[in-house]
Amino acid sequence: MKRLFKLILILSFLSLNSAQTFAAEKVDYLKTDWSFKGLFGKFDRAALQRGYQVYTEVCASCHSMKYLSYRNLSEEGGPEFSEAAAKAIAASFEVTDGPNADGEMFTRPGKLSDKFVMPYDNVKAAQAANGGAYPPDMSVLVKARGGGVDYIYSLLQGYEDPPSGVTLDDGVYYNKYMYGNKIRMAAPLSDGIVEYGDGTNASVEQMSKDVTTFLMWAAEPHLEARHQMGFKAIVYLIILTILVYFSMKKIWSRVESEV
Amino acid sequence: MSDHDYKPKSKVGQWFNDRLPLLTLANHLTDYPTPKNLNYWWTFGGILTFCLITQIITGLTLAMHYIAHADMAFESVEHIMRDVNYGWLIRYIHANGASMFFLAVYIHIFRSLFYGSYKSPREIIWILGIIIYLLMMAAAFMGYVLPWGQMSFWGATVITNLFSAIPLVGEGIVTWLWGGYSVDNPTLTRFFTLHYLIPFLILGLVVLHIWALHVPGNNNPVGIDIKKPSKDTVPFHPYIVIKDGFALLMFMIVFAFFVFYTPNILGHADNYIEANPMVTPAHIVPEWYLLPFYAILRSVPDKLLGVVAMLSAILILAALPWLDTSKIRSAVFRPLYKQFYWILVADVLILGYVGAMPAEGLYLLIARVATAYYFLHFLVILPVLGFKERTLPIPLSITEPILGGSPNLAAARHRESKIK
Repeated sequence: MKRLFKLILILSFLSLNSAQTFAAEKVDYLKTDWSFKGLFGKFDRAALQRGYQVYTEVCASCHSMKYLSYRNLSEEGGPEFSEAAAKAIAASFEVTDGPNADGEMFTRPGKLSDKFVMPYDNVKAAQAANGGAYPPDMSVLVKARGGGVDYIYSLLQGYEDPPSGVTLDDGVYYNKYMYGNKIRMAAPLSDGIVEYGDGTNASVEQMSKDVTTFLMWAAEPHLEARHQMGFKAIVYLIILTILVYFSMKKIWSRVESEV
Repeated sequence: MSDHDYKPKSKVGQWFNDRLPLLTLANHLTDYPTPKNLNYWWTFGGILTFCLITQIITGLTLAMHYIAHADMAFESVEHIMRDVNYGWLIRYIHANGASMFFLAVYIHIFRSLFYGSYKSPREIIWILGIIIYLLMMAAAFMGYVLPWGQMSFWGATVITNLFSAIPLVGEGIVTWLWGGYSVDNPTLTRFFTLHYLIPFLILGLVVLHIWALHVPGNNNPVGIDIKKPSKDTVPFHPYIVIKDGFALLMFMIVFAFFVFYTPNILGHADNYIEANPMVTPAHIVPEWYLLPFYAILRSVPDKLLGVVAMLSAILILAALPWLDTSKIRSAVFRPLYKQFYWILVADVLILGYVGAMPAEGLYLLIARVATAYYFLHFLVILPVLGFKERTLPIPLSITEPILGGSPNLAAARHRESKIK
C-alpha cells in the first residue's frame, strides 16, 4: 500500500508538472459554473442553442469554423436543433458548388452535409479585411488556448480602458486577459447585441457564457459520449480489479508468500 | 532449461512439435520459474507489453484515416475526432497511451536501477532495454509531429536542427533529414513512415528482451541468485499472470481516467493550432517525458556540447553494468546506494520540471546543477561506491526473508552467523 501511495505521488507530480507548462503566465480567469465539467458533465442544450446564435450573429462575420458541418447542429450531444431547423439554418447560407456540366461554378442554398460557410475566401482575405490580423478559426479554439473555456469566457469580458502609460495603436484594444494585454479584436459583445428567442437577458456575461459553451462543444463534439463511456469503463474496470484481486489472493494462498 | 524434454500428450501435438516446437515454447512460458517474492514494481514489464500492443492497434486504426500531407494532416485528425466512429476514443487512447507507455517505462527503468537488475548476468537484457527506450523516444517524437500542429512543426524544427551542431556535415545532414530546406511535407511523410516502422522494431526487440530475460531468469527484490525451479520460485502461470493482470487493471484505471476525463492535459494547447512556419510559439516545449533531456540540452551554453551532453545522458545508461562496481545487486542491502538512488530520482524529476520552464535565471542555474549531478552520479558516485560501501549481509535464499516479514534482515544475519 505504501508503494502504491508512492506511485500515486509520482503520478500526481507528473501531471502537476505538465499542468505547469501551460501556467507559465498565470492569470486569474473569471470563474463560472460549466455544466460540462465533472464526471457526468453535459452541455446545457439551451446555452448551446443561444451560443450558436451569438456565434452566427456576431463571431461568424470574421471567424470561420471550418471543421463543423450544419448536420452537426442536429446531432446528439450538441445543440440538438431539430433536423428541420438545422436544414433551415443550412439553407440560409449560400454555398459555392460546381463545376456544373458547363464547367461553371454556381451558388446554391446550403445543405446539412455542407461545412460551415467561411466568412473569407482565404487567410489573406481575412487579414486584409481585419487590418492584418487573422481572426483564428474557431473549430478547436477552446483547446488551442492554455486557459481553455475560462480564458475565452474571461477574454470576452476583459475589455477595459488602458491603464495610464499604455498607448495603443489604431485598431488595437486593451484586454486584461489577453497575452500581452493588446488585442486586435474590438470588444465583440455589448448588452443586447443579440435578441434571444427564449427571452434570456442578453447581457455580456450571459452571452460570453453561452458562446463559450458553444465553442467547447464545437471543439469536443463527443464530450458527452466520452463522459458517459468513461464512467461506465471505469466502474467496469474497478469491479473487474476487485474480482481479480480476490482470485489472486486465492491463487497465491497456495504459496508461502505475500502478494 | 529443463523444459527441452517437454512432450505433448497428443499424437498430433507430438507430430507438430517435432517439426515446430511451438508447444515447447508455450510450455516454457507457462512453467517459467519466477521468484515468488517479486513485488508490484515487477509488474511493469507486462504493463509495457500491453502499452505497446495498444499503441500498435490504435495506431493502425488511426493510420487508416490519417492523411500524411502538410495541407491535410491537421484536417484529417479533426476528421478522426469528429466523423470517424469512436475516432475520438482511438486517438485519445493513442495520444495518452504514449504518456502511459513512458510513465510505465520510467518506473520499469527505475525499478531496475533500485534492484540492480542491470548487473551480471543481465547486461544484454539491460542494453536491449536502452535501445527500446531510444526507439520509443524516436517513435514518440515523430508521432507528435504527425497532427501537424504548431508544437508538432516547431518541435520537429528544434529537434532536427540539433543535427546541425555536428561539425562540417551538420547542415547537410539536416537538409537530408528534412528532404528540403525547412520542415515541410517531405519531412512529414518520412516521419509518418518511420513512426509506422519503429513500433514493429520495438516489438522485435521486446521479443529479444524477454528471450534474454528467460536465460538467467528474473532478478528479485533481494537480488540474489536462486535455484530454479525451487521453493523460491513459482510457475509463471497462474501466479505471475494473475498478479500482472491485477496490476495491469489498476494501471488501466489511471489510463482510462486520462483518456475519458482529461484527454488533453498531457498535451500542449498550441498543438491545436495548425502548423504555421511564419509564427513561432512563445515557448517550444517537448512532451513531458522528454523534458529531463531537454533540460540537459539547454543547460549547456554550447550547441554541439549540449547535444553531446543530451545523448550521453541516455547512452551512459548502457554502460551502467560496468559503471556500478558493487557486487551486491539490490539496494535493500546497500544503505548508501539507496540514498543516492533517491537523490537521483529527485534529480531527474527536477530536471523534468526545469525542462518545462524558460531557460533563464534561477531555472537555468538549477538545470546546470542538476545536469552536473546526473553525470556525477553515474561517473563518480557509482564506481566509487562499489568499493567504499559497507553492504549489509545478504540472505542465502529468498524464502528466508519472506518468513516473518520481508525482507527479514535479522533472520538473515542470524542464519549467516550460524553458518560461519
